Amino acid sequence: MREDRERMEMLKELQELSFVALEFNLYLDTHPCDRRALAEYNCFTQAYQAAKMRYERMYGPITNFGYAPSQYPWQWIETPWPWQIGSEEDC
Amino acid sequence: MWVYEKKLQYPVRVTRPNPGLAKNIITQYGGPDGELAASLRYLTQRYTMPTGQAIAVLNDIGTEELAHMEIVAALVYGLLQGASIEMIKKAGMDGYYADHDKALYFVNAVGAPWTATYIQSKGDPIADLHENLAAEEKARATYEYLIQLSDDPEVTDVLRFLRQREIVHFQRFGETLDLVQEHLNHRHYFYAP
Repeated sequence: MREDRERMEMLKELQELSFVALEFNLYLDTHPCDRRALAEYNCFTQAYQAAKMRYERMYGPITNFGYAPSQYPWQWIETPWPWQIGSEEDC
Repeated sequence: MWVYEKKLQYPVRVTRPNPGLAKNIITQYGGPDGELAASLRYLTQRYTMPTGQAIAVLNDIGTEELAHMEIVAALVYGLLQGASIEMIKKAGMDGYYADHDKALYFVNAVGAPWTATYIQSKGDPIADLHENLAAEEKARATYEYLIQLSDDPEVTDVLRFLRQREIVHFQRFGETLDLVQEHLNHRHYFYAP
């Protein structure tokens, strides 16, 4: 149970960091010369990558196709998949 | 190339089955102003955008819409999990159940299947960007209707997030329209050496 709560907290952090990066990305698509926004994007990208690596070391890869390594046996197939997390019946 | 991330863009938590709400929310999966239509519209229009900037906006918003499609699917899936046949019948979702059980399928709120006629790809960037501005407003309006119809605060929270994203996308498309118009106007100037 405790591990579950920790996992959900880490996942939430990932969702927050990647959302900020995405939002700066879209903003930069129409404001490519905004240096402050670019610095924020780079900062949150770094933070997201670090948090993603921390999460993946504990709970397995959230990206495949060469973007994250896997321990043995192949972890990609492990549940829960994202839509199985929020509903009561699964996980 | 796309890379999948094994996480939702925004957390979805559904603790109570509610086929009646699922029946309405599914329109944002496969309806005229839904997330499938949005993602496919932008991702197919991007090829004929005139600038790298406009291509990036369509590429990136189209990609985010795929993530929204997954959020909507997670909502519908969660709301149908654990729903009894009685609840499904009472909600008027028995017709859907006959064809799909509790599987996800691309239909609107009254069961009409998704069609490519929901979207256009005109080759004219001004026309396409205007369509996209309208599409974002129609999606925003749909989320507002769904928020009015929702009787589950956990679901409403997710619908509010999705509604807010439509507003941000509208903003970015508006800026892109200005930039593309500026680009097209500049093309008509000729400089003599």
